[in-house]
Amino acid sequence: MAAPVKSTVDTPTSSVQNLTIGKALNLGLRRAMEADDKVIVMGEDVGKLGGVFRITDGLQKDFGEHRVLDTPLAESGIIGTAVGLAVRGYRPVCEIQFEGFIFPGFDQISSQVAKLHYRTQGKVKVPIVIRVPFGGGIGAVEHHSESPESLFSHIAGLKVVSCSNPVDAYWMIQQAISADDPVLFFEPKRLYHSGALKAPVETAATPDPLFASRVLRRGDAATLVAYGPSVKVCLDAATAAEEEGRSLEVIDLRTLSPLDLEPVFESVRRTGRLITVSEASAESSLTSEIAARVQQECFYSLEAPVLRVTGFDTPYPPSKLEEHFLPDLDRVLHAVDRALDW
Amino acid sequence: MPSPEQWTRPEPGAGPAATAAEPTPEQVIAGLRATTEGGAELTQLLTPEGERVSSAMFDPYVADIDAEALRGLYRDMVLVRRADREANAMQRQGQLGIWVPLLGQEAAQVGSGRALKPRDMAFPSYREHGVAYTRGVDFRELLGIFRCTDHGGWDFQQHRFHPYTIVIGNQVLNAAGYAMGQKFDGKVGGADADETAEATICYFGDGATSQGDVHEGFVWAAVYDAPLVFFCQNNQWAISEPTERQSRLPLYQRARGYGFPGIRVDGNDVLGCLAVTRWALEECRHGNGPVLIEAFTYRMDAHTTTDDPTRYRLSDELEVWKHKDPIERVRVHLARTGSADQEFFDEVQAEADRFAAELRDYCFNMPEPPPERVFANVYAEPSPVLEAQREEYLSYLAGFGAGEH
Repeated sequence: MAAPVKSTVDTPTSSVQNLTIGKALNLGLRRAMEADDKVIVMGEDVGKLGGVFRITDGLQKDFGEHRVLDTPLAESGIIGTAVGLAVRGYRPVCEIQFEGFIFPGFDQISSQVAKLHYRTQGKVKVPIVIRVPFGGGIGAVEHHSESPESLFSHIAGLKVVSCSNPVDAYWMIQQAISADDPVLFFEPKRLYHSGALKAPVETAATPDPLFASRVLRRGDAATLVAYGPSVKVCLDAATAAEEEGRSLEVIDLRTLSPLDLEPVFESVRRTGRLITVSEASAESSLTSEIAARVQQECFYSLEAPVLRVTGFDTPYPPSKLEEHFLPDLDRVLHAVDRALDW
Repeated sequence: MPSPEQWTRPEPGAGPAATAAEPTPEQVIAGLRATTEGGAELTQLLTPEGERVSSAMFDPYVADIDAEALRGLYRDMVLVRRADREANAMQRQGQLGIWVPLLGQEAAQVGSGRALKPRDMAFPSYREHGVAYTRGVDFRELLGIFRCTDHGGWDFQQHRFHPYTIVIGNQVLNAAGYAMGQKFDGKVGGADADETAEATICYFGDGATSQGDVHEGFVWAAVYDAPLVFFCQNNQWAISEPTERQSRLPLYQRARGYGFPGIRVDGNDVLGCLAVTRWALEECRHGNGPVLIEAFTYRMDAHTTTDDPTRYRLSDELEVWKHKDPIERVRVHLARTGSADQEFFDEVQAEADRFAAELRDYCFNMPEPPPERVFANVYAEPSPVLEAQREEYLSYLAGFGAGEH
């Protein structure tokens, strides 16, 4: 392996760049590849094209074809060979083009990625990151808008995270890559290029820990918990509620497995009301898990049942109907009303 | 229609003898299959009768195998078979939860395993006890998997022998990735390839060839020119399904469709397996990989100790394959050429018996894993969630009082 190639993007020692989530991920990947020449990016169309969402744009040009691999079109192959590369000492970052295409790789993820460390009593580490653009709202055809994260958070041995803003995108992807455990990294695809979410990313800052949730907005009337694309929905709802004199607390989970629910418990003990928001179907999902854990830890603090605003228990509908399926500001506020009126 | 058991082992008084003795069409076909010799393209250096046949292409790869080396291969196979039989017996006695017999596949495993250099890497499925032995893995370290006290405990880096993989075909992709890494690391080709280059070998069976992962492994290894030897032990049966259920084409011919060489070797010929695998590994180390080897062999015992082959194949088939036994042909060859005497064979047998006795003693005395093992090593990094679950459960257990559970 050749020595790491210096990226064409300069890194001032202290720099603030105004970035979208997509650009922040790209820069984060670049930094991770510069920091460790064992980091390789692999997936369909990630090289010359820069990925269908351009998240890996320019990486192959700068780091070469042996570090940014345009792979054959087979997801089990991507994950399965990444396992072998990890055993060899590499830190593969796999891109799954759309979440709906991850299932051919599900076997390798569940049977090998998640279990090799346990199987070998810690003798084999599997430091793989699997990047998964997920969620709806992009007017796509079938299999391009789903939210399968609960299927992975259910599997012991995997870690699952999701970013909701450019600052987290930049840091979390680097932290996931440097983690010694396999990480499923769910990216809110409809927000990749959102100019409204552009934020200054301070690349010399000290980031929050990867596996920690974060309170984004303080409030005392009710607590909203979300992750990925639903965080923005909750923040917008909280802004709207404020105009009606209601102060909502908003928590970005960030880590879906392990869950970091202490900030949620602390919040619910103050507000007495919890609404969880996710695009995933409700049944047997992360929102179910959060509700179960909160009722266990905050039983005497709850003033209303934990309410869930989620996708319905249906397959993702044709996208002309997705506005009915996806949690939006009004459905969140409706749930807040129900919780407060309970 | 009589069941296969009735035909192969008629119950006394279970019906007219003529009916009981009439095989089903499937059984007839299965019986005919046993006469298959592997076809004209079968590479063989030692016939079932123990005759050494010359091969211009492969003789150079076993030129160093003198009488002493051949006695060594014989010893390897006898030890491995003896240990396999002992483990099988221990399962029958309830000491192992299950055993996966390798009986009949000793030559394929010892021959290919002995072809590896220490720096090469091997990815087994779950029947490769003979390969494990050649990689220096203590046979006793295999037992935990089958006594269900662990999922495999050997030092994978030291032995360069990956954990057993039970999901059919998964390891083929993992091996392809590893071999890609060898190539990316600059360990393929070069002027001193014979001294420094590395290759990977991956084991799977005829049933696995139907898996998508094996197909994808072929594709990946081919397009990345990975130094990977696909070693398919075609033992004719995937539990109850014959190879015909997996492929219309002889398996080694599939390689052509992927753009790399495929070769069929007599999997019961340890010399042939050694030579062909050495050739394939050398091709890979020099950058001409991947290569597919189909070792044409026979699973002489059940798929596992939970299986009952009498339900789906004729005992005639086994009887025919016994004439092609991988160990017997070496014994005959050694005896005929005066390369070994009865004392040698007796010594090897005595050593194998000691080997088995040690295995048995070890197995009977294996400690039970402690309950906290349930929670150990799920993650590489500390997991407060699991630590809390462990403490809660251990505290619950402690509530039953010391010495109880």
